[in-house]
Amino acid sequence: MLEDFPVEDIDPLATGAWILGTGGGGNPYLSTLNLKRLYAEGHRVQVMDPAALDDDDLVAVVSGMGAPLVGQERLKDPRHMARAVELMEDYLGRPFRAIMALEIGGANALSPFLAAALLGRPVVNADCMGRAYPEAQMTSFAIGGLSMFPLAMVDVRDNEVIVARAESWKWMEKISRAACTAIGSTAATCKAPRTGREVKDWGIHDTITKAVELGRAVDAARARHADPVAAILDHEGGKSLFRGKVVDVDRTTTGGFLRGSTKIEGLGEDRGAVLELAFQNEWAVAFRDGVPVAMTPDLICLLDTVSGSALGTEAVRYGQRVSVVALPAPEILTSPAGLEAVGPRAFGYDIDFKSVFA
Amino acid sequence: MKRIGIDVGGTNTDAVLIDGETILASVKVPTTQDVMSGVKAALSHVAAHLGDTPGPLGAVMIGTTHFTNAVVERARLERVAALRVALPTGASLPPMCDWPADLVQAVDPLIFMTHGGHEYDGAPLVPMRDDEIREAAMRIRDAGVTSVAISATFSPLTTECEDRAAEIVRQVIPGARITLSNTLGRIGLLERENVALLNAALQSLGRITVQAFKDALAEAGLSVPFYLTQNDGTVALAEAAAANPVFSFASGPTNSMRGAAFLTGLEDAMVVDVGGTTSDIGCLVGGFPREANNIVHIGGVRTLFRMPDLLPIALGGGTIVDPRTGAIGPRSTGYRILQEARVFGGETLTASDIAVAAGVVEMGDPGRVADLDPAFVAATRAKMAAMIAESFDQMKTSAEDVPLIAVGGGAFLIPDQVPGASEVLRVENAGVANAIGAAMAQVSGEVDKVFSGLSRDAALSAAEEEARAAAVASGAAEDSLKTLEVEDIPIAYLPGAARRVRVRVIGDIDFG
Repeated sequence: MLEDFPVEDIDPLATGAWILGTGGGGNPYLSTLNLKRLYAEGHRVQVMDPAALDDDDLVAVVSGMGAPLVGQERLKDPRHMARAVELMEDYLGRPFRAIMALEIGGANALSPFLAAALLGRPVVNADCMGRAYPEAQMTSFAIGGLSMFPLAMVDVRDNEVIVARAESWKWMEKISRAACTAIGSTAATCKAPRTGREVKDWGIHDTITKAVELGRAVDAARARHADPVAAILDHEGGKSLFRGKVVDVDRTTTGGFLRGSTKIEGLGEDRGAVLELAFQNEWAVAFRDGVPVAMTPDLICLLDTVSGSALGTEAVRYGQRVSVVALPAPEILTSPAGLEAVGPRAFGYDIDFKSVFA
Repeated sequence: MKRIGIDVGGTNTDAVLIDGETILASVKVPTTQDVMSGVKAALSHVAAHLGDTPGPLGAVMIGTTHFTNAVVERARLERVAALRVALPTGASLPPMCDWPADLVQAVDPLIFMTHGGHEYDGAPLVPMRDDEIREAAMRIRDAGVTSVAISATFSPLTTECEDRAAEIVRQVIPGARITLSNTLGRIGLLERENVALLNAALQSLGRITVQAFKDALAEAGLSVPFYLTQNDGTVALAEAAAANPVFSFASGPTNSMRGAAFLTGLEDAMVVDVGGTTSDIGCLVGGFPREANNIVHIGGVRTLFRMPDLLPIALGGGTIVDPRTGAIGPRSTGYRILQEARVFGGETLTASDIAVAAGVVEMGDPGRVADLDPAFVAATRAKMAAMIAESFDQMKTSAEDVPLIAVGGGAFLIPDQVPGASEVLRVENAGVANAIGAAMAQVSGEVDKVFSGLSRDAALSAAEEEARAAAVASGAAEDSLKTLEVEDIPIAYLPGAARRVRVRVIGDIDFG
């Protein structure tokens, strides 16, 4: 039920999480450095099977919140992530049994590990997105209709915020986003606490294992000079959508998010075709010659064709040679309630969800 | 105006003398162990032709791999102090936290973190603590360290904290040589700080190298301004360049690409520069190398600053070919090619021997490769062609066929037909394209920072104005300036229409 998380799994976790981030979630590099340093100081993290939670155990859900660019300057410190968990414990007057990730995509896959290493608590092998999404209501817990408050937020200065109540997930997003912006657009947060029962019923399970194994498959393919993109598809049962070169990147900030699209001109079998990837922090919908061919909640991943490394919506640039693949979404996201929260209409596209894997 | 261009590579030192656009003299001599005697030999050869046309010599431009080699070899580096103004952020990831251990050992750093820095919108993060900086400066002074790298959060946006910290350090250590991270790098504290620290570790070597070049010029009787070529295909006055050795890291391949543009008159093309050990493929855009917009590792250190986007291939003139299996490289005879290659009387089969056997180039004694099986020669050449074709295809940015310019001492290794290339161009003097590129270099100015509270147009023009001022400060003639690149990225989540803008302008050297 508790397994040691070995130091050699840190890099594969980051590689896998960055792919599952579907263009968002932030580059995990700095988080891997932090975690390796904690291990070097003697800290260790154990990973806990969600089934091992008691129904009335309390689980902390953590994430770094804010703009990825700010995180490149105000380097993340594990102590603040740990402090957010402690702040919530102080507020609740009850200790957490374990800690889990809000999202397995990108840097936030490592956030619970940073807090867990310092607090000596296990990390639950689960998250509530199975990928990365831009907004608070786009989680399996929200889909399950669970409570969205309280929320604890910690700044590097002596500022701490508790959002005690919110009328809805959207209000929680709005209020916490405003507080986050006020303290410099980066914060460590502990989201609404979950009971063991809630994690068992509504969490997306085994996503740490999934990310680590995906990362290992990519590393193994690179080591034997095999095609890492093919290794990702094999490992996840994914589908190749397109291969080509980035010919245009259009980004704008509206409504507090990075939105836009990336145009890719086909190469090889896709020569003559154009794939357009629309994004809101994460890749949302892929249009092939104007026709939608893949869409959220299916995971759309943009990968460097040669290395298999994921490319973020902030970092993709003209001329990159890329492969676009689709990976299957967690089941809960494709349920009717799931599609309402994270389907194409939740991102403003008036199209019915049609899975690549249907 | 006459110019001399010199490129000091790992294998050869090349020099050219040009007058306007005419090449008056060129020479290729082996790079010597002490570097300078090779430079002197090359210099005296081309200087002998100064009287061939009327008019004075205007400048000497030197490109060198000396600084990169020092980092890669962990040699000739000096002890540095790292001073980061960012607390309470970043304490868990101190300066050099992601450097290879042997390099940390080589620079044996003193590390300090103090309170201060800024937010993304230019607001102070916390009040800066002058007392902490003064305390650090005294400890640096007491340790006898004189090269200091200073970094601060969001310093590309506002340099206030780095400037103030430098002022305090100078008060305590008047002779300190200080590298400010904002003068070298972009957004990304750790990467920018890494560049500043590498730069600090190269301060003594920078001064020694520039002084040695100066002595070599004086010995040759040349008293003209001299410049060091930079990563982006421009030059900086030697004195200024000595303070920023990191800007010379990739000058070799960059000079080759610039030389290729000059020799062919093409501004947009792909270039392959074939050296003794490796080849580099790059892309010319508007006569300059396309820049890498991502992380570049130098000697195992993660950096982010202006570097050309190059793809190295383990194939050069000295690359060793296994006579039994036909395996190509990655080992090379390097500068020992003139002793070890078969056609030069040695016993090692190299890529050059294969080219001689195939009759695509004449050098050495072809009789010494006459015994090679023609089928083996053809198969090996096909393998080399496939290596080149694959890398070429990776670097291309358009689906249409584009011209490929082959330069460098081993340009004969590039086949006449490469899939995806509209043509393979070979030019006279291709062997000294790097020295020609050095001689033709211009001066640039760059700005990269976050603007908020401005319209997009206002932000772009403010950035362009700053870049132009930077170019003029570097020695460009104002009336020759043109804008080479404008790039802007709106920033997710940030209010105030914040956008990161990068502008680079370029101009001719102001000889006036």
